[in-house]
Amino acid sequence: MVKKEMIAMLLAGGQGSRLGVLTQGMAKPAVAFGGKYCIIDFPLSNCVNSDVDTVGVLTQYQPLQLNTHIGIGIPWDLDKQVGGVTILPPYEKSGDSEWYTGTANAIYQNLTFMDSYNPDYVLILSGDHIYKMDYGEMLEQHKRSGAEATIAVMPVDWEEAHRYGIMVTDGNGKITEFEEKPANPKSNLASMGIYIFNYQTLRRALKELEHVPGCDFGMHVIPYVFRETDKVYSYEFNGYWKDVGTLTTYWETNMELTSLVPDFNLYEEFWQIYTSAESHAPAYLGADAQVTHAIIGDGSEIHGRVKRSVLGSNVIVGAGAKVIDSILMNGVVIEEGAVVRKAIIAENTVVGKNSRIGEGTFEQSRLDPKVYNSDLAVIGAGSVIPEGVTIGKNTAISGVTGPEDYPEGNLISGGYILKKEEKR
Amino acid sequence: MKAVGIILAGGGSERMKGLADIRAVAAMPVAGAYRAVDFALSNMANARINAVAVITQYSSRSLNEHLNSPSWWGFGRKQGGLYLLNPTITPDSTNWFRGTADALIQNLDFIKERHEPYVVIASGDGVYKLDLDDVLAKHVESGAQISVVCKEKNGLEAGRFGVIETDAEKRIIAWHEKEEGAEGELVNCGIYLIRRLRLIRLLEECKRQDNYDFVRDVLVKNLENERIKAYVMDGYWKNIASAQSYFECNMDMLDPALRRKFFYDHPKISTKVDDFPPAKFNDNAKVSNALAAGGTIVNGAVENSVLFKKVYVGDGSSVKNCVLLNDVYVGDGVTLENCIVEKKMKIEDGTCIIGDPNDVTVIA
Repeated sequence: MVKKEMIAMLLAGGQGSRLGVLTQGMAKPAVAFGGKYCIIDFPLSNCVNSDVDTVGVLTQYQPLQLNTHIGIGIPWDLDKQVGGVTILPPYEKSGDSEWYTGTANAIYQNLTFMDSYNPDYVLILSGDHIYKMDYGEMLEQHKRSGAEATIAVMPVDWEEAHRYGIMVTDGNGKITEFEEKPANPKSNLASMGIYIFNYQTLRRALKELEHVPGCDFGMHVIPYVFRETDKVYSYEFNGYWKDVGTLTTYWETNMELTSLVPDFNLYEEFWQIYTSAESHAPAYLGADAQVTHAIIGDGSEIHGRVKRSVLGSNVIVGAGAKVIDSILMNGVVIEEGAVVRKAIIAENTVVGKNSRIGEGTFEQSRLDPKVYNSDLAVIGAGSVIPEGVTIGKNTAISGVTGPEDYPEGNLISGGYILKKEEKR
Repeated sequence: MKAVGIILAGGGSERMKGLADIRAVAAMPVAGAYRAVDFALSNMANARINAVAVITQYSSRSLNEHLNSPSWWGFGRKQGGLYLLNPTITPDSTNWFRGTADALIQNLDFIKERHEPYVVIASGDGVYKLDLDDVLAKHVESGAQISVVCKEKNGLEAGRFGVIETDAEKRIIAWHEKEEGAEGELVNCGIYLIRRLRLIRLLEECKRQDNYDFVRDVLVKNLENERIKAYVMDGYWKNIASAQSYFECNMDMLDPALRRKFFYDHPKISTKVDDFPPAKFNDNAKVSNALAAGGTIVNGAVENSVLFKKVYVGDGSSVKNCVLLNDVYVGDGVTLENCIVEKKMKIEDGTCIIGDPNDVTVIA
């Protein structure tokens, strides 16, 4: 009979709407990171590095990129005869069918999958954090403490604590109280959205809560297990962990990689992060290239200036072009003489000759101030920016734009252009 | 195409100035992220040859490691696949492969058990992009019984290659194998196309006569008996089995047009994929006309050079016209010019080594 001690369920179905046009065509876990990776590579690599060899990936929102990226799990050695990686989209059932309506509901709809591995423990992960963590250590503590559920937590600044789900614990790590975004926090231990459950306990809870609309781990399942068993423990994590759920944190976390010795160092051999990539030629820096404080993906060709930036693979920066404080994803082309400052430019976008991105001063976004609230100019995948236009700060562009979209050659700060036409 | 591929990758080379001590020539890293054998393998995969055998012998560990999965080149596992044929002891033979023909003869079972009508044999130390479908089309059209892929001689050293003379129909009429000063318009690239059953017959004949060399004993000996014709290929071709040609080949890859042809244009050359992070350039890096592969970190100055995977260049160092293989560590204040640095070498702070551009220095 098949038996796995612990399997992982990775929640990757969310849109990540606060990433704006970056997640217009793909789920957040598929968004590129660090010039080579996708966000989901971090939890997936953590799984294999922690000897968790069975992972269900729950997809729902725009799954194509994610499906392609994960495939049968070869880059993570997750192409296993028994176990390995399985993509779990919502599916039609003979009775009531529904989309995944909440994090716990998604897991509930896949009880059969979990049952088939007969696990003792289930690890619940989300696909939107950048970190390296040994889930095996967390499991050890879970077993040692006799917990029914263990929640990974990390200490945050007291001033920031009001933004998180806060866990109040006794001296032994046992959770005594939860506070969701408390005005006056009693603790600074924030939930990281990583849980280990005794499987039978989780199963019971999910069955019990099956009719709760939008059933969610933080709101419903954890409080239920807490109420029923009073054996919910915290596992304190003190390493690097970043939520890249907003444009600003996404940009900052990428930029940190370019520092001399980054806090999150991808160059160390320990705990390697694996990803799915094609074979590429090395990056090429031309005779007149000037590249400093930057990371440049394989297959890229740089003929201009690149400073404090993260470039993905097969990016082209033309002669006389400047890229400063920016993230360029795979296949972006910056034509001759263009200037790009403080921008996030998604896959395969072309920026025409002598265009200037990130000019002027901050203005409130006319599109969505909850999403766009920094100096960043954000351009979605497959967009085209024509030659010689000027684009302000805190802007959003998606689609193939032409000179007619830029009155007087401008997109003012805070402005946006969202086109529905075919992408490049 | 309906052919089985065989890559001869069993050789070392004394012309490599020690670079081939630890690996077969076919396993030599090329262009920052590739290995020599990737070119022969990709050309076969791109012609939809499904089954490819790589014959190894000399210093094969590195090569075996590189060929750890058929999927890097798109070969399957059931309908064909990637086969590694290593020398083996049998009740009939305790010999190593005594030559290229002997390597094939000792693996005759593999060739016999395949069903494809043709065999493409290629050496693993050539850097080129070749449309094998076109070779087959010309082979059939010209009525050749064996096709030998050739390149215009254009200054290539006769002593390193087979120099070939042909008649008006491109039939080979004379073959000067590695003779200094030999005259002829073409050189042999070491890529052959032949019907499988004909190959089996020729190899069995060769075996009966206790002969071991494919060129000398199968091709040259049969120039009159078989219609052996030259297929002249266009474009870039380089055999890397000498330190100087290896160096030149890597420097050639600094040309964007050549890289585009090999690594960007369909169908492209593929290789085993690593998981190193992208190359990183710190505040004082000054890099021009250089390739930098994954995992590389540059603090100093690099010019006209190829940095392979996970190379580190320290502060205030200057690297010019160099090829630094995987995991080379260049300390601070180092000057290197016209050098090939063997993998994992550590160049101590303050070292200064300036080689001759026409006779490159190998640091191993």
